[in-house]
Amino acid sequence: MATVWLSVIVLIPLAAVVARSTDAGLGAFWDAVTSRQAIAALRLTLTLSIAVAAVNAVFGTLVAWVLVRDRFRGRAVVNAVIDLPFALPTIVAGITLLALYGPNSPTGINVVGTRWAILMALLFVTLPFVVRSVQPVLMELDREMEEAAVSLGAGSFTVFRRIVLPNLVPAIVSGSALAFARAVGEFGSVVLIAGNLPFRTEVASVFIFGRIESDAITSAAAVSVVLLGLSLVVLLAIRGLGRFAPGGRAG
Amino acid sequence: MTVDRRARIGLRVLALAYLAALLLVPVAVVFYRTFEHGVGSVWESITTPAAIHAFWLTVEIALIAVPLNTVLGVITALALVRGRFRGKAVLQAVIDLPFAVSPVVIGLALVLVYGRNGWFGGWLTDQGIQIIFAVPGMVLATIFVCLPFVVREVEPVLREVGDEQEQAAATLGASRRQTFLRVTLPAIRYGIAYGVVISTARAIGEFGAVSVVSGKIAGQTDTLTLLVENRFQNFDVAGAYAASALLALIALATLLVMIGLRPRRDQS
Repeated sequence: MATVWLSVIVLIPLAAVVARSTDAGLGAFWDAVTSRQAIAALRLTLTLSIAVAAVNAVFGTLVAWVLVRDRFRGRAVVNAVIDLPFALPTIVAGITLLALYGPNSPTGINVVGTRWAILMALLFVTLPFVVRSVQPVLMELDREMEEAAVSLGAGSFTVFRRIVLPNLVPAIVSGSALAFARAVGEFGSVVLIAGNLPFRTEVASVFIFGRIESDAITSAAAVSVVLLGLSLVVLLAIRGLGRFAPGGRAG
Repeated sequence: MTVDRRARIGLRVLALAYLAALLLVPVAVVFYRTFEHGVGSVWESITTPAAIHAFWLTVEIALIAVPLNTVLGVITALALVRGRFRGKAVLQAVIDLPFAVSPVVIGLALVLVYGRNGWFGGWLTDQGIQIIFAVPGMVLATIFVCLPFVVREVEPVLREVGDEQEQAAATLGASRRQTFLRVTLPAIRYGIAYGVVISTARAIGEFGAVSVVSGKIAGQTDTLTLLVENRFQNFDVAGAYAASALLALIALATLLVMIGLRPRRDQS
């Protein structure tokens, strides 16, 4: 029963995308994927997603460390707020960034229509992944090892690099991979803030959306297949890593 | 503490500044912008006929999608944990797919199956059933994106509690239905509740997939998130902020319920 349900809802529709992308032959598929606009959109998406994974790896780990090891007033509130991007609708995330970093911004910064805007939107929606995968590992980490290192004369940077970081690497990698996968397909938070200029600020999901609107379905399906392939690879890699967070607080 | 005080405070400031710039200040500014002209205009903006229609459509879609996903999610989790059948590994992988697939691709996929020129489109048209560019398609899209939540919440709990109590109940003569209702269900209830809360938040907030299949028929297939976009594109920025603030409040409420449920869920 579960299998039938999943087939009707998930598998048959995704199979239809794959089938449709090659309806007009493999040549047409290849032409659609390698059209200049599609290549530009895919390249931008990949570049930004890699940047998002990298920034999250650093800042996500930093935030997790501060939440676990530091003590300050309001820490519980900060900890609770981390999940906000999962609860907040993506279109609201877009509006939110527009309010502060758009035209008429109280800061005077206007990034709308630039790649920085897209990067910011993607960082917003992927914020919880690394924090929430690193946090539990850091909490379980045995402090004795670190204390031993300190008593043997290691500085705090050495302790972090040689003892804490190696223990966190699997969690950082799986969190970043989830952030990457999410960034590759993200649409709602990006669409209002990116400007969506072909060749400049049009990401793959916005490109596909445009193709659907203009009834260029084969082209939309072909680029979708590339994104599907990417998601599958990342999913399998995370599974292979064996650390796919159960419960997937992955909005 | 293995890190000296100055470094610790430096790291704290850096982390908090990052969160503030990316998350806290933008959300605060949205609320400020929304209410800067008074509560009255906000109330007017979220009680226009279009807004009320969008609100109820959002509720309706969530009320269909979430219960369906909950029931079938529990069944799927039971099958994954207790069942023995071929293709279980494949099923495991398929369940996570909605997390990784772009919402736009999900929308396109549904159009290609249930749309007028889709695989089942001809048959559906003959029956006089319209799915794409209508509410049923939006429900399907919502079910798709929310699919993993209940399964992935219930599955670890089921694994944790094991099946010894269920076997004991069966030996004592309980029927399968009784065993499920009296033994299994109480054990997983907080897991289910948590999954339901996340699914509901996701159902209310879904934009991309719903946008593709809705056809954007103003006043008919606008959900709250589509209303936000619609107003923004039509230069009704204040209206977009008002609808956003409403959605943000729903999100904050969800967050509070999640935090309230978490200790019980982690206990069970």
